[in-house]
Amino acid sequence: MRFRFDVGGLPRYGRDRLGRACCVVGPLSLCAGGRVNGILDFVAGLGRAVLDMVRMAGKVALFGAVALSHVVRPPFYWRTLWGSLVEIGYFSLPVVALTALFSGGVIALQSYTGFAQYHAQNAIAGIVILAVTRELGPVLAGLMVAGRVGAAMSAEIGTMRVTDQIDALTTLSTNPMKYLVTPRLVAGTLALPFLVLIADILGVLGGFTVCVMKLDFSASAYIAATIASLKVMDVTVGLVKAAIFGFLITLMGCYHGYHSRGGAEGVGAATTAAVVAASILLLTFDYLLTDVFFSQ
Amino acid sequence: MTDPTPKIRIRGLKKAFGPKVVLDGVDLDVMGGTSFVVIGGSGTGKSVLLRCILGLITPDAGSIEIDGVDVTTLTPRQREPYMARIGMLFQNGALFDSLSVWENVTFGLTAAARMGHGPRLTRAQSRARAGELLEQVGMDPAVGALSPAELSGGMQKRVGLARAIAARPEILFFDEPTTGLDPIMGAVIDGLIADCVRKLGSTAIAITHDMASAQRIGDRVGMLYEGRLIWQGLPSTLFDSGNPVVDQFTHGRREGPIKVDVGK
Repeated sequence: MRFRFDVGGLPRYGRDRLGRACCVVGPLSLCAGGRVNGILDFVAGLGRAVLDMVRMAGKVALFGAVALSHVVRPPFYWRTLWGSLVEIGYFSLPVVALTALFSGGVIALQSYTGFAQYHAQNAIAGIVILAVTRELGPVLAGLMVAGRVGAAMSAEIGTMRVTDQIDALTTLSTNPMKYLVTPRLVAGTLALPFLVLIADILGVLGGFTVCVMKLDFSASAYIAATIASLKVMDVTVGLVKAAIFGFLITLMGCYHGYHSRGGAEGVGAATTAAVVAASILLLTFDYLLTDVFFSQ
Repeated sequence: MTDPTPKIRIRGLKKAFGPKVVLDGVDLDVMGGTSFVVIGGSGTGKSVLLRCILGLITPDAGSIEIDGVDVTTLTPRQREPYMARIGMLFQNGALFDSLSVWENVTFGLTAAARMGHGPRLTRAQSRARAGELLEQVGMDPAVGALSPAELSGGMQKRVGLARAIAARPEILFFDEPTTGLDPIMGAVIDGLIADCVRKLGSTAIAITHDMASAQRIGDRVGMLYEGRLIWQGLPSTLFDSGNPVVDQFTHGRREGPIKVDVGK
């Protein structure tokens, strides 16, 4: 319900005090030449958005904590875990492999365009392996998996929710969190480092192929430069990032699917929300983890 | 002879979603080995009542006793033994898409074995047991190899029924068992439900707005209206209850005490 009061006849301090009170009691609009009105609406909207975000973060954290608590409590659903591992790790391989291969090639081409001006082509192998192992491998593999697996997971669990299959699990003495969510979270956390390892290798191969086949680099010199630039720390941090991204992607997919409402439209909305949230979280955590591991 | 203590006793059950009061003090006794059918219009809270008993929705107030124990006060872990004694047939079957028909049918048996409430079966034994259960609901055991998506609505209901009775539950719930089925298939499903309940000796609660189904399934019938059970009686008196609300509903009259919001 929305009330409108004409407070034009009040002195200014009176209007301001009433305005502050309105912030507390609810969405009241003041007609004092539209000044207070617009500011209040903006602040109220901002406050609601922040509160919604905090509430959502709390719910997601609680959901993840409950799901993780089932990792150490039997019964364990090994078949579901294996199925999720195959779905995430094996069936995502083609898309991740192609993305990594072409991205490595693009990095090599773009680096050559810039570095050739300063006769620094020898640095290209180092740039490619640094970019691929530290950033491109985990981030691109994560984004591809978020689009493919996060969406599918959200749609599957969301459909189960709106067709009463999750309630059916409960009536059949099965905890839906333990059966549906926990194996997927574990599978995502384990499968993404594996995919990133493959992406690292193929990304470097992409750079190698472009440099040797197109830019006439010496194959042996490129390999030697790559090995010289390869750091265990870079690869390890990339894999740690991948594990965290895998957890976040599956968490978003499961959370949004599990809480979807309202039939096919609700499932569609949950799927979109899962992919968008996973992508944003992935990039945010990428920055935070890079800051933790690599900032001097 | 039935036990004088009701198998299911509900007292003062209330549930509201925001400002909308759905259940407003439901009282109900269902004696062991009998079937009770709840009738009522769409959106009157029949499914909410069932979900409250199953623990899928937490009621705002009231008690739900199963064998004298108030299950609303139990933790999820404490509820597990009670859930193992309950079977449920959902409105749309609610079969698991990712599993084959026979895996659906024996899902509850496998889950109960995992929780230590039943014997562990090998996959071959489970498949054979699923075949027996499918035969019980009038289906060819070969259907067990199919996916739920390959079945018609009536077949999905039968598979759902086979899954519900697999663990030989003491209590069975049926959520609109004939909705979406043609009259003949509806009668077949009702017959199967009545047979299963009789053979197992289970206590059953069904919700429906299909009068023929209510008469075929129920030993007693009650009508839920404005959040309360306003009438209870024998199925034979359903069309001559003496209650104007029940009479309007069962005869499908537009005029009467029930005002239908048609969105004008």
